[in-house]
Amino acid sequence: MIAIVDYGVGNLFSLCCSLEAVGAQPVVTGDAGVLLQADGVLLPGVGAFADAAEKLRAAGLDKTVCTLARRGTPLLGVCLGMQLLFERSFEFGEHAGLGLIPGSVVPLQGDIPAALKIPHIGWNSLSFPAGREKSPLLRYVEEGDYVYFVHSYYAAGCGEAVIASAEYGVDVPAAVARGNVFGCQFHPEKSGTVGLRILRAFCELCEKGGAV
Amino acid sequence: MITKRIIPCLDVRDGRVVKGVNFTGLADVDSPVALARRYSECGADELVFYDITASAQDRALFTDILRQTAREVFIPLTVGGGIRSLDDFDRVLKCGADKVSVNSGAIADPELIARAAQRYGSQCVVLSADVKRVDGALHVFARGGRVDTGLEALAWLRQGEALGAGEIVLNSIDTDGVKQGFDLEMLALVCQTVRVPVIASGGAGCIDDFIALFQTVPGVDAGLAASIFHFGEVSIPALKSALRANGIPARL
Repeated sequence: MIAIVDYGVGNLFSLCCSLEAVGAQPVVTGDAGVLLQADGVLLPGVGAFADAAEKLRAAGLDKTVCTLARRGTPLLGVCLGMQLLFERSFEFGEHAGLGLIPGSVVPLQGDIPAALKIPHIGWNSLSFPAGREKSPLLRYVEEGDYVYFVHSYYAAGCGEAVIASAEYGVDVPAAVARGNVFGCQFHPEKSGTVGLRILRAFCELCEKGGAV
Repeated sequence: MITKRIIPCLDVRDGRVVKGVNFTGLADVDSPVALARRYSECGADELVFYDITASAQDRALFTDILRQTAREVFIPLTVGGGIRSLDDFDRVLKCGADKVSVNSGAIADPELIARAAQRYGSQCVVLSADVKRVDGALHVFARGGRVDTGLEALAWLRQGEALGAGEIVLNSIDTDGVKQGFDLEMLALVCQTVRVPVIASGGAGCIDDFIALFQTVPGVDAGLAASIFHFGEVSIPALKSALRANGIPARL
């Protein structure tokens, strides 16, 4: 069973539909007991980091997500859900994240040329880090494939965790991984067939019990 | 590299696409869901559904269609038409819309932009403006381009951006329907005025109009059109290839 963490942030309808389109039967839940039974868990999120982190904590689900990560359950953070996986964010002050992947979330503003617009909205192409094996999450994705982004902050200092990046004045980490913990800065549920292929690969990892 | 976006717009009334659609090989050409699926398959970067229904009953039909579309089309969906309150935002977002476009509703109540941006994020709020030249000035028109509000367009768009609009759709009434190209002069002024993404609408008649748009006004992020796509006068794959051949980044 694939579960989507429901902690009162954003609209989960599209994410659900996209998982159904790749043959999964996602369960949307804020119940820690159910999440801990799942074969794989998606952590969604839109809006501001501090607000989302606080809601996750208030629901007690920050601990649940960390437990899942420790147990080896495949975990996929999407957009702000990916940003929550890092150590900290500098969006409107400094806020602690889940610390599951090394790195900080910082504003695009100031790091990219002034001619580029913020937010980074639209379809951008993926490139893979040179000389490394492709992550199983990207098994069905080719270098140069396009995915859909909407964000104003990005992950910096994630080093070897970066499994794909997109060029937008800087190399924006587009997808990250550390063991069984994955994150996508873009929206796979809005990235057409490429996005569905990524979700399919994630579901397959879940079926295999997280063996990567 | 980030690409320029191509966005077909579908006017939906009584659960059907209006403005006439002529798509070869598509059995149910008036079905918004079938058309959305076709556009997604042929490389549209986003879709706009414009709700031109009036009654509450038709509204329910519209949200059903939206939900059905969101179930099988996995590209961003924007909904516009008759959005006047946060309840309207809520209604369409729950059915799978990613962004909501406001026009007359924001003119009547500019704070709607701020309230929506605060609740759903700026990325969700698109400010759409119908603009026409009146005695050498750019005026914003309301109610589907019928009523001159007297608002100066650039000041209005600047205000909309400050209130939290995440994107601007500029529809030039002067070029709309004429099929002689986008309003490059008006678009250049708007791109100098706001920093959020700008979507050009009104006037596209052929592939060259899109090339001229992105080459002449590099600040424009996307081109929106309706009937030329529906009637097959411009095919999206051919348009994307032509953009690329002219050095304009496009998703193929």
